[in-house]
Amino acid sequence: MITRRNDFPLLVRNPELHYLDSAATSQKPRVVLDAIRDFYETANANPHRGAYALSVEATDRYDHARRRLARFVGAGDPDCLIFTRGTTEALNLVATAWGRRNVSRGDEIVVTALEHHANFVPWQQLALETGAVFRVCELTSDGRIDLDCFRSMLSNRTRVVALNHVSNALGTINPVAEIARIVRERSNAIVVCDGAQGVPHLRVGFDDLGVDFYAFSGHKMCGPMGIGGLIGRRELLETMPPYQMGGDMVEFVHDDRTTWNALPHKFEAGTPNAADAAGIAAAADYLDEIGLDEVLRHERGLVSEADRRLREIDGVTIYGPPPAERSGVISFTLGDVHPHDLATILDGDGVCIRAGNHCTQPLMRRLDVSATARASFYVYNDEGDVDALVEGVLKAKEIFGHAAV
Amino acid sequence: MQPSERTAQIGALYQEMILDHYRRPRNKGELAGADASVLMKNPLCGDEIAVHLRYDGDEIAELRFSGRGCSISQASASMMTQLLAGKTVGQVDEIRSRFREMVMGDKAAAEDATLGSLRALGGVARFPARVKCALLAWNALETALAKRDE
Repeated sequence: MITRRNDFPLLVRNPELHYLDSAATSQKPRVVLDAIRDFYETANANPHRGAYALSVEATDRYDHARRRLARFVGAGDPDCLIFTRGTTEALNLVATAWGRRNVSRGDEIVVTALEHHANFVPWQQLALETGAVFRVCELTSDGRIDLDCFRSMLSNRTRVVALNHVSNALGTINPVAEIARIVRERSNAIVVCDGAQGVPHLRVGFDDLGVDFYAFSGHKMCGPMGIGGLIGRRELLETMPPYQMGGDMVEFVHDDRTTWNALPHKFEAGTPNAADAAGIAAAADYLDEIGLDEVLRHERGLVSEADRRLREIDGVTIYGPPPAERSGVISFTLGDVHPHDLATILDGDGVCIRAGNHCTQPLMRRLDVSATARASFYVYNDEGDVDALVEGVLKAKEIFGHAAV
Repeated sequence: MQPSERTAQIGALYQEMILDHYRRPRNKGELAGADASVLMKNPLCGDEIAVHLRYDGDEIAELRFSGRGCSISQASASMMTQLLAGKTVGQVDEIRSRFREMVMGDKAAAEDATLGSLRALGGVARFPARVKCALLAWNALETALAKRDE
């Protein structure tokens, strides 16, 4: 098994730490930190502005990062990759810039009960503002999109279908290409995919996926916080109005009107986050060097082992489909032990897991729980982390007593 | 921090008394004819606790709670209702600030006998992420008491 732990300064500094919250944010390898520092030390100037060589260098670095990321996510046209603060901003961009202009009373928006609030609330609010109908597709009992339910919700009134590539709460990998085909057969809706949990683990292949927009974050794929992207089909991006106004996104500013810059600049108002763009490009290099197939194989091996061993513990309930249909996530509860108590006890042994609703309150209601405990594995985890997780759960069980579990 | 130290802190947090109040909460349920009921939620974890109280003059004659949550929030609510029933509003205010000081790490407050069995929650101070769990019921109570002054 590959051991990547030594690539990550925070993990090297904390040898006792079992970091199992990569679905919230991944740790950052040294190469990414170096790339960010290198930008500031060797190329720092405001991109697209200066006529001097250093600004040109900064622009080159920023453009290179865009091309690198476009290649990473399988988008043939780098100008259709808009840098954003992350997935949340990317989804809000689509819901605002495309949604306000194209959705009206009587139209329908379909999301799934598996969505993160970031791909649920913007659409719900768009529906409330425009008078459109907001529909939530139900799930199968093992936490997958119910395709029969999904088909039944599509019609020629459907304007938007929004779903995630991989569920952050359960790890479910959704059949996005198949779903996009179903949408095309039954409606003229756009398909918006939340790829925050997809890009770190799966080869996305945007041009072949069949969706119209795909959003992702840098910080879950070994990159820095505060940068991510939106990939969109050019014909849609061209017709959309800008999302934010400011410098760089304009062409000519007259006293009474303004014309817009070309893609991707039209959607990137203000000074770009060029240093973190360099960081996210380095993260793409890092993951490609390992190979995304290997990343998924590695984390799935660990999550399968965790799944098998946690299932053997009396009182443990695991949510979601079998490990072979999940990313590196395992979501579970232990009897009547509240997930926050479980997380505190695990923290006592240096095991970092997430406890809560994972920004998926609609999903928690359907699972009939207020919260779950979630462990998520990534490239730097190993069997020792699985051992620590299982031991911690057993310890929690002991502290809380066997009787009520 | 040494692992053994952290283990001791976990032990201090999950005392038998706290687990007992979690499993067998006292004064749990609605209160018919309540003068005030306030529901407080923690959206981060989905916990919610409602505090129901009835006054007799300046005194809190009855105090109950309902809702769901982790062992810390439930035990805190349960012990709070036990200690505060029969106390005057003035006494409650004092105990409330003392309890808040204790969970924020005040060592003198942690020794204060007026907090009674609530001192079992002193260990929460070492877990900043859990302080809000311990305070959930108390915040609901504070809001309920503020209504009286309106």
